[in-house]
Amino acid sequence: MSNWGYIVLGWSATGAVLTAYAMRLMARGRALSRQVPEGKRRWMQ
Amino acid sequence: MVDTSLFGQARLVAGKDLRVEWRSRVGMAQVVPFAVLVLVIFAFALDGNRQTLQQLTAGLYWIAVLFSAVMLVQRAFAVEADPGVREALRLSGLQPAAVFAGKATAIALQLVVLEVLLAIGVVVFFTAELDGWGLLAATGLVAPVGIASAGTLYGVLTAGLRVKETLLPLLLLPVLAPVLIGATRAMGAALGDVAVDGWSWFNFLAIFALVYVALGLVAFGPLMEES
Amino acid sequence: MTKADAVTTTGSRATRILAALAALGVVWLVLLGLVFSPADQTQGELVRLMYVHVPSAWLAYLSFSLTAVGSAFVLWKKSQWWDLVAASAAEIGVLFCGLALLTGMIWGRPTWGTYWEWGDARLVSTLVLFLVFVGYLAIRRIPADPTVRANRSAIVALIGVVNIPLVHFSVKWWRTLHQEATVLSTDFDPKLDDLMLFTLFFSVVVFTLVFAWLLVHRFRIAWLEDQVDMHSLGIALDERRREAELVGGGS
Repeated sequence: MSNWGYIVLGWSATGAVLTAYAMRLMARGRALSRQVPEGKRRWMQ
Repeated sequence: MVDTSLFGQARLVAGKDLRVEWRSRVGMAQVVPFAVLVLVIFAFALDGNRQTLQQLTAGLYWIAVLFSAVMLVQRAFAVEADPGVREALRLSGLQPAAVFAGKATAIALQLVVLEVLLAIGVVVFFTAELDGWGLLAATGLVAPVGIASAGTLYGVLTAGLRVKETLLPLLLLPVLAPVLIGATRAMGAALGDVAVDGWSWFNFLAIFALVYVALGLVAFGPLMEES
Repeated sequence: MTKADAVTTTGSRATRILAALAALGVVWLVLLGLVFSPADQTQGELVRLMYVHVPSAWLAYLSFSLTAVGSAFVLWKKSQWWDLVAASAAEIGVLFCGLALLTGMIWGRPTWGTYWEWGDARLVSTLVLFLVFVGYLAIRRIPADPTVRANRSAIVALIGVVNIPLVHFSVKWWRTLHQEATVLSTDFDPKLDDLMLFTLFFSVVVFTLVFAWLLVHRFRIAWLEDQVDMHSLGIALDERRREAELVGGGS
């Protein structure tokens, strides 16, 4: 693999992992905040 | 008359654990054969090549000790797993530090016995030529203190959990990595396999042991209260 | 919030601003790191991996430090808030630590010729740190009373942190005390020019913004999880009570 191959691999792996984690966090947050009773929801007005 | 000193209480706990272990003979019947089995498995994996085995003796020896130590720790807390026994121990008025010291001592003593047997094992199976007896003995005595202290700490953490069999090695082995490195180097130096200063590795093992004995004495209180 | 089916998230105004800043930063980082910044004299183009590897490693250490601080507060002040911070930071720390190891390996292959170099004490102790915190996350996943879980995991985290110097020291010593010829120079001391230095600094800032965003969301999720647990526990208790009343009334 050429040097640029390693560079692209490193950058895209980092980007992909962080994006996937961020998406999962948002999905989990959405699912969870629906289960919490109305009065206990902070951050959401 | 109940002995109230830390030392006396620790001896009480250690004595109890060793007696239970002696009567049940699980250590004899399972842990020792397992340790020997590890040596045999290595010989199979390494093609039974005498030269390779001889070269790797120190490393294989300490891996066998480490794996057996995980089993011994699990044993030491399986004894307390019956409902009621832990409560009884907690309510007995024994200081948590003494319980820690006692349990760790019992494990360390069993490990020392195991080390002697494994030493015979590597002589027989790997044709290892034991040498540098002073350093060997010193390493063999101080490494179990560190292993047993760290093991007792994580043992009580995972005791009573349904997943303890898998969780204990996961938590314990990374922490024991320095012991493995140090003890392997010290033993390698004693056997003349590697040209390093074995006694400085002995000192390192002693520091490790001190750190974990101190941690255990302090942390055992809050750990015993809750789990 | 009037309608029950309205979209609810763990986001807020503050996190949306943070997200916008981070996204803008990422775009600039890609341009700076992959296009504008020059190649290094010794490393060549490969120096560009530094702009993802170094900030990942930095954030792994920052996260684990935060977990350690949080754990200390848990034991000292019995703080549930800090317990959730510790848990959130640990999870994100494992993520960044994994990325640091991964990019390190990707970088090591073309520069050292191997993915892994056991002679590099920092690399090896980072791996052990990673494994210790994977264990921390494992013990957190075990269902338990919140205070029990908090104390237990706080102690695991603190032992893990105490362990770092021991591991680092032993690995360093392990290799330096017996070293055949140093085939591969593990010391990487590039002469960074100004734009490279700025890009490196900028990458750390951008990654820290991303980290902050992740941490806030992860913390809110942890908090929500506890709320849901308590809420469903309350419902279960109510049902149990009603059942007991029915049975009691019948006999």
